[in-house]
Amino acid sequence: MANLNQIAERTSSAAGAGAHVREFDLARDTLRQLNLYLHTEAVKDGVGQIRVHNPDGAHSIACGLNAELDVQIHGHAGYYVAGMNKHAWVTVHGNAGPGAAENMMSGRVHVKGFASTAAGASAHGGLLIIDGDASLRCGISLKGADIVVGGSVGSFSAFMAQAGRIVICGDAEDALGDSLYEAVIYVRGKVRSLGADARFEPMTDSDRAALKGLLTAAGRGDDPADFKRVASAKSLYHWHADADQEY
Amino acid sequence: MSGRDLEESAGFDRHTIDYIQRAAASGLYEIRGLGAKRRVPNFDDLLFLAASLSRYPLEGYRERCSTKTLLGTRFASKPIELAIPITVAGMSFGALSARVKEAVGRAATDLGTSTTTGDGGMTSEERAASKTLVYQCLPSRYGFNPDDVRRADAIEIVIGQGAKPGGGGMLLGQKVNPRVARMRTLPEGVDQRSASRHPDWTGPDDLVIKIKELREITDWEKPIYVKVGATRTFNDVKLAVHAGADVVVVDGMQGGTAATQTVFIEHVGIPTLAALRQAVDALDDLNMRGIVQLVISGGIRSGADVAKALAMGADAVAIGQGVLVALGCNSDSYIRNGLHVSAREDYAALGTAPGFCHHCHTGKCPVGVTTQDPERELRLEPDVGAKRLKNYLKTVNMELTTVARACGKQDVHHLEKEDLVALTVEAAAMAGVPLAGTSWIPGRAGS
Repeated sequence: MANLNQIAERTSSAAGAGAHVREFDLARDTLRQLNLYLHTEAVKDGVGQIRVHNPDGAHSIACGLNAELDVQIHGHAGYYVAGMNKHAWVTVHGNAGPGAAENMMSGRVHVKGFASTAAGASAHGGLLIIDGDASLRCGISLKGADIVVGGSVGSFSAFMAQAGRIVICGDAEDALGDSLYEAVIYVRGKVRSLGADARFEPMTDSDRAALKGLLTAAGRGDDPADFKRVASAKSLYHWHADADQEY
Repeated sequence: MSGRDLEESAGFDRHTIDYIQRAAASGLYEIRGLGAKRRVPNFDDLLFLAASLSRYPLEGYRERCSTKTLLGTRFASKPIELAIPITVAGMSFGALSARVKEAVGRAATDLGTSTTTGDGGMTSEERAASKTLVYQCLPSRYGFNPDDVRRADAIEIVIGQGAKPGGGGMLLGQKVNPRVARMRTLPEGVDQRSASRHPDWTGPDDLVIKIKELREITDWEKPIYVKVGATRTFNDVKLAVHAGADVVVVDGMQGGTAATQTVFIEHVGIPTLAALRQAVDALDDLNMRGIVQLVISGGIRSGADVAKALAMGADAVAIGQGVLVALGCNSDSYIRNGLHVSAREDYAALGTAPGFCHHCHTGKCPVGVTTQDPERELRLEPDVGAKRLKNYLKTVNMELTTVARACGKQDVHHLEKEDLVALTVEAAAMAGVPLAGTSWIPGRAGS
């Protein structure tokens, strides 16, 4: 069990005048101490910001948060950073491993670097921003969250994505949007191939307005006019004999 | 006509001809519910050697036989304590109605055992009715959310299901009503096909990390189960243990489903009997018996089945289809306002009859168990369902303790393999117990 009294604490003016900042150094403090603090003590403490140093690729940093916390991770994070996040704003000043913000419900997760596989997997809500590239299966099984990728995405991104929006400012590899349900993809660059049942559709004014809002929320100035829309053709919504290889 | 004129082909019997003609007409595989119908070696092929001169029995009506069962003692700070080693297997809201989930939860709570969610998330009715609720984390992640993770009593990561190991879930459009669709974030009426692989991890090394994430989210309080469909069970159980599971659930091929391809149900996976022995061998090999608990499921029906499973080394069983049958599945009537109402015409409309029905996938369950139809689901009254299920589980537990006492055990978990013999060579080989009347265990050197 964590001994929270031993965890370093100091006030930093960088988080705002008078803001209470809690600092964790994962070279010294354990992941358990950090997450237990975030789950049980942070709100009671009225902390303004939690800074995590020396993450060194540790897995499950700041997962299962359930409060409006501001968590700043200074370095690279491993698997499942901010997994199942609710309410919190988590920023990774580095790269993120697989499953960043998986199953997020609300809040915001911002990866300043690159993200590995399955970023935003099955996320229900909130906003995931990835400034760099995202690897395979970005937004797989997406259930309502928004994802903005500043760079390119790997193959099978948005696989079986059910709801939500994915913005890809770079290119997409093979099988983009395979077996999509109701999620919508906006992609600016080249698409190597679309997956089963995914198709390009005309951009509407409503699409452009939504896209503009997402880009602005992600702090980007890209022009919505440069993007294409990918959505489901809905031909696989019901079983039929002519699509025998698609099931 | 002579006898030879009506001689049926062994290879192309009426069943096979019907299959081919159906495939030729539709161009689609058959989808159906419940479990394998073919006969495979099972617990009926084992017998108990009860006490006589070489063993003392317990006095059946006077001496207590403990059924208390602990699950999740390896890492979780709040393991599950059950009054009986008989749990309810994962079955989804969507496959079943909310009223059925409520009835199941109430019966399980009354008997001090656990229920399990399924591929559709956790309903408020189910949570409220179930004192101990295991929350499944499936490849689809339908309805999976951190609030329910926190209010669950254990988490079960589902790798596979005995009826369809290697396959994803399925729920046909007629069962995807507005509430089911909303919980699963799907369009209403869509023929839902789930992923067969988890979206955010691949392989046993990743599973180690996934389990740790769930432990971090739950502050290491809740047991983490890993459920596998029975195929390469020896290796799968070892990998699940290495990955950090508190409890391994092995689901044999007789396990049921709400809907999947018939080819899966009848031709994929291995029998529960064989899977159980492999799972126990794996735990023994790792010296993890008693540290990691083993739950076996897949066609468990009676107290005799439970006793045999425990004797072979399981810590508990999970029952799915037996629970549905207790609720009225395949009964010729349902109960409304205390009166039996015939459901035969509704069975006939589905092209089946009581005792033969496997039409869970249609959503037109004649007795209101596996349906989302607003009228049909009223055919299962939660009070009636809970009482029937409680009676069934109580009966199974009484049979279990009856056998255990006869074998001289003060605790059902003291039943052991030495108490068993097999009726057939196949069962002896699969279960690793001697053929009755011999000391021969096929495949064991020197036996």
